[in-house]
Amino acid sequence: MAAIPQRPGDALAGGVLPDWAPYATFAGSCVLSAAVLLATGAFTIALMLVFGVIVGCAGIYAWSWVVEGPRRAIDRTVTLAIASAFALAMIPLASLLYEVAKRGLPGLDWEFLTADARGVVGGGGAAQALVGTLVITGVAVVISVPIGIMAAIYLTEYGKGRLRRALTFFVDVMTGIPSIVAGLFAYALFEIFFGPGIRLGVMGSVALSVLMIPIVIRSAEEVLKIVPNHLREAAYALGTPKWKTITKVVLPTAFAGLVTGVMIATARIIGETAPLLVTTGVVDSINADPFNGRMQNLAVYAYNEYRSPGVMKQASYDRAWAAALVLIAIVMILNVVARFVYRRYKTEIR
Amino acid sequence: MFGASGTKRAAVDSESAGASGTVGATGTVGSAQSGSEGVLAKTIEARDVNLYYGDFHAVESVTMKVEPNKVTALIGSSGCGKTTFLRSLNRMHELTPGASVKGDIALDGEDIYGAGVDPVQVRRLIGMVFQQPNPFPTMSIYDNVAAGLNLNGGKIKKTQKDAVVERSLRGANLWDEVKDRLDKPGSGLSGGQQQRLCIARATAVEPEVLLMDEPCSALDPVATLAIEDLIGELKKRYTIVIVTHNMQQAARASDFTAFFNLEESGKPGRLVEIGQTETIFTNPTQKATEDYVSGRFG
Repeated sequence: MAAIPQRPGDALAGGVLPDWAPYATFAGSCVLSAAVLLATGAFTIALMLVFGVIVGCAGIYAWSWVVEGPRRAIDRTVTLAIASAFALAMIPLASLLYEVAKRGLPGLDWEFLTADARGVVGGGGAAQALVGTLVITGVAVVISVPIGIMAAIYLTEYGKGRLRRALTFFVDVMTGIPSIVAGLFAYALFEIFFGPGIRLGVMGSVALSVLMIPIVIRSAEEVLKIVPNHLREAAYALGTPKWKTITKVVLPTAFAGLVTGVMIATARIIGETAPLLVTTGVVDSINADPFNGRMQNLAVYAYNEYRSPGVMKQASYDRAWAAALVLIAIVMILNVVARFVYRRYKTEIR
Repeated sequence: MFGASGTKRAAVDSESAGASGTVGATGTVGSAQSGSEGVLAKTIEARDVNLYYGDFHAVESVTMKVEPNKVTALIGSSGCGKTTFLRSLNRMHELTPGASVKGDIALDGEDIYGAGVDPVQVRRLIGMVFQQPNPFPTMSIYDNVAAGLNLNGGKIKKTQKDAVVERSLRGANLWDEVKDRLDKPGSGLSGGQQQRLCIARATAVEPEVLLMDEPCSALDPVATLAIEDLIGELKKRYTIVIVTHNMQQAARASDFTAFFNLEESGKPGRLVEIGQTETIFTNPTQKATEDYVSGRFG
């Protein structure tokens, strides 16, 4: 420090607040807010925190301005404000996870996961819903992944001009269609062939595919775009045909990203309720054949348990929450696996 | 037409694959392979070539000849169309959206832009090495070298593939450095090694001509020297065209030098003159060339 020459009035070492200063300021301002609120008789924890942040920002600014100067004062104020905004954003998520876990765990037992509810009045398990969710979603993935990835290949490698732009636009529109519309579309489609009132697992898969394909296209397109052009050129310069360049160079380079995108898209559609209400129906026994008869799934199961509880209402509510907990667990597992695949198989691209 | 030359190459291939054992043992590179002293690589003749990016006229009316088994350097300031011209020689130019070509480019008399000519086939005969080393990141060193064989062709016997990989890596002076880690990713090599890997990859498919687009610009002086030595050996076997910004490199490594220039920005680049490298550097006919090689502008 001392060796560095200093301009006058520009000392490198100045006053520094201790490490605990921001926390202390925040805690102090909360206490102050609480005291004032109690005195006026309007005390709630939420109000205390809101005023605590506001007073804390002012307090840390003043304290830091005196000790450290104006630049550090602004830095500390903004840091506190951003940390508060982050905490605010995390509150709904944390509270959701806590609530689902608290209410779902009582209903979640071995029977819930392994037994169906056939012939049981006001009880039974949700195995039929679990199997249905996995089968319906699995079929949807099988339909969506080839279509989605091939469409993305078209958009990045082949499409050009107006047609490409039009397709991109419609993919964007498709990502925004309400899920019930996808369900009605699938129903209308199958009604043409099987007559009114038809309910099949695969109808639900088609409805989910309508929702999933645009997400897969979007994510795959982004991943294929970042495969550097010089790799394609290197393959072309070896006299490699375009289709082989895509299958042997572009797709393997993008593999991790493609898998991750598919996983996230799957997690996104696995909890859909509305399109499955009108396509797969409701059933109490296990049915793993998507081409034959009605199929239950977790989201619709939770909805029904909550909407029309049996004689023992609390038991029905517990089962609804347990189904929600299982869904969230599946989504989390998908996300964790996606991250793992990405870390394990990602290609270093310069 | 290109089918015929393909058969000829196949014959040469089997010959050189047989010889590769001895080549490996003696450690000499290039010279023994396919009896290159007798067999000339191919000549490229460009006649009145004009290159465009959409409406932009990038290169105007280039007429030049690339001699077989010689190194031809393309020099000139940035943006004068050297790389664009180079990429037109193996039909890579047209991969850029909107790019187009007018004029004739002939490989040993056959127009590579003629009707019915498959650009993929042209690129098998005219290989390319890029400015940035670009090994395939998903492939091992071995698979990078064998990429041309794996990507283009039917099934090849493992032993034959091994022979091609070893010969190409020896040809690129890289064998001794990587022979113990052929299954490791190519992206783990240093920049200079990666560039030599890319040269090995380009030569593994036995092209007639090797195009090099500033192959040393991303490399340090030691790696640059290694590549220049390699170019001197490769020309026994291939016709080489190299774009370079480094005048010393052009002087050291090339037999012929072509000077490109553009009168002002926005105008198309032109070929000012081409000649023996010694003549271009010591006694050029054009004033612009003299100014450029003596470092007075550009």
